[in-house]
Amino acid sequence: MRNPIAFAARWLWVELKNEVFVLPSRSLVLAWVATILLLPVIYPDPYILRVAVLTCLFAVFAASWDLLAGYAGQVNFGHALFFGAGAYGSAMLSQKLGLSPWLTIWLGAAIATLFGAVTGYLCLRLRGSYLSLATLAFPLIVIGLLFAFPDASGGELGISGLRSLATSRTANYYIAAIAMLILVFGMWKIADSKFGIVLHAIRDDEVAVRASGINTTHYKLAAFAIAAFCAGMAGALLAHFIRIADPSTLATALSFQVVIWGIFGGAATIYGPVAAVFILYPLTEWLGSFKAFGELRLLIFAVIVLLVLLFMPRGLSPWVRDKIETECPRCKQRNGVWRSVCRLCGAGLGVAARANGASARQ
Amino acid sequence: MFEDILVTGLINGGVYALLAVGFSLVFGVARIVNIAHTAFYMLAAYCFYALLVKAHFGFALAGLTAVVAVVALSVLSYKLVIEPVREHESAVLIATIALALIFQELMLFSFGGNFLGIPSTLEGTVTVIGVKIAYQRLLILAVAALMLGATWALLYRTRLGLAIRATANDLEVANLMGMNVQRVAMATVAISVALAAIAGVVVAPVFVVDPFMWLSPLVTMLAIVVLGGLGSMKGSLIGAFIIGYVEAITVFALPQGSFLKGAVALSIMVIVLLVRPEGLFGVSFEEER
Repeated sequence: MRNPIAFAARWLWVELKNEVFVLPSRSLVLAWVATILLLPVIYPDPYILRVAVLTCLFAVFAASWDLLAGYAGQVNFGHALFFGAGAYGSAMLSQKLGLSPWLTIWLGAAIATLFGAVTGYLCLRLRGSYLSLATLAFPLIVIGLLFAFPDASGGELGISGLRSLATSRTANYYIAAIAMLILVFGMWKIADSKFGIVLHAIRDDEVAVRASGINTTHYKLAAFAIAAFCAGMAGALLAHFIRIADPSTLATALSFQVVIWGIFGGAATIYGPVAAVFILYPLTEWLGSFKAFGELRLLIFAVIVLLVLLFMPRGLSPWVRDKIETECPRCKQRNGVWRSVCRLCGAGLGVAARANGASARQ
Repeated sequence: MFEDILVTGLINGGVYALLAVGFSLVFGVARIVNIAHTAFYMLAAYCFYALLVKAHFGFALAGLTAVVAVVALSVLSYKLVIEPVREHESAVLIATIALALIFQELMLFSFGGNFLGIPSTLEGTVTVIGVKIAYQRLLILAVAALMLGATWALLYRTRLGLAIRATANDLEVANLMGMNVQRVAMATVAISVALAAIAGVVVAPVFVVDPFMWLSPLVTMLAIVVLGGLGSMKGSLIGAFIIGYVEAITVFALPQGSFLKGAVALSIMVIVLLVRPEGLFGVSFEEER
């Protein structure tokens, strides 16, 4: 107690050792966060930082889709609507009213939240494939309106010449990275809370949830609003980073892209889609930098997605997690795959127990 | 203008009906939301172009070969890509999206991104009730009517059709009655892609042929299918003509109409869904929890 710094360091080390290093997945997350925060120090290349910013923002976007589709089961095919609403909302407010971008990103996200609530309200009675296909329509309706009124929206070219949030590339990177960490961990916490459990239950059996006296309408609307807020924030940050808000932020291709990221990474995990974006987006950028591959970039992307799915239909991150961790058959806590007894309850984790755990999960 | 609307709506409605009925069949039988459906339509148009313009086949031979080749490709991709992940609904979904992207990129790579001109199968025009209609458009209408009739006959007058309808109605019971549901599903995929491919071949001379031509009919087709009720043939047929006419009216009657036609058609779909969530002729799957 005499030296508070030594005490804090010791406390931190014990926490890390007992809570983080015992599980490979947590160690991976720690390594990932550290890499993100130190990237400009290790590798201050402007092109790499640009790709990293876009990756961070798309990671938020993919995670917000997962909150809505993976957890609440509202498989949204028009998620680009919220992204585009954030981008256009922020762009129009900062360009037409001359407001500071630091204010308009919040307003853009608020507009996206409004769009989310309205979409959620319109889709309340729809379920399953109907909901997916109906939501596909909303961004296209907005695109039609943007093209029909080019004076306000800039038409096909969009709104360009936006002000950046910060002048230097590194500062912009930190804004995107820290926003990403806050939003993703926030969504992860939400998904892990009681609220997230209710969403999970709604996905599995909405009638049963309603029969338990839970107002599923409120929960679904809230899920739409939260997902739309995060997607809108990502869209607004992207618009101010690339300094243009154009119709590609609402495109069907982007909506499909986020579905691919979400399912490729593993739905209903939050970290899965984030991991998928951090793997697939830089990979496609890197492939695109080769002359020979430039034109084939999307083709290679699609083939990779297809092959991965054939071998791991539940997505990448659940597959990896099952390889490096096992679930204790008694207390259902996760353990590193090398342990022979559970770190919490001491139950055996032998080959037989692992087989049991695997069959119980199916 | 009224006559224009009447004729355009009928022709576009016919094309949409070909696409939507096929999509609906596959959804009904195999519960696959096949995003790649219109990609096969795009492939057929390209195949027709390659055979007709590059290889100098005749119209009939080129069209026939294109349809057969695309159907063979669809069965192959169903076997290789869709069937192994059938039990994972979300995996099927992105597998079809990935397939569509692969086809798009392959066409972009081999033919480039420019619009391709394809000579009309039938030259010349005819004037009906004061509207000049190209023969090609009449051909589209005739082929659409013929194919829809043939599909109806297949579904309601043959044993295969009976098996398809039975599987769509209840997969498990159909399986218990000794039908090979795997093979029925494959036959359905072949039939549905054949309809899309035929649509692709006949519209190729009139519509724009480029690697992205599958996106806009995809959205319209999905709107039609949702509007009519997922898995319902009748709903898809009627929905196709509703959307065809709504688009025609928007284009001819509103300023900036060609930008708004998609938006208006999709808004109609949303409004119908708000009033009747299972679509016009859909059955609600409430018991399928």
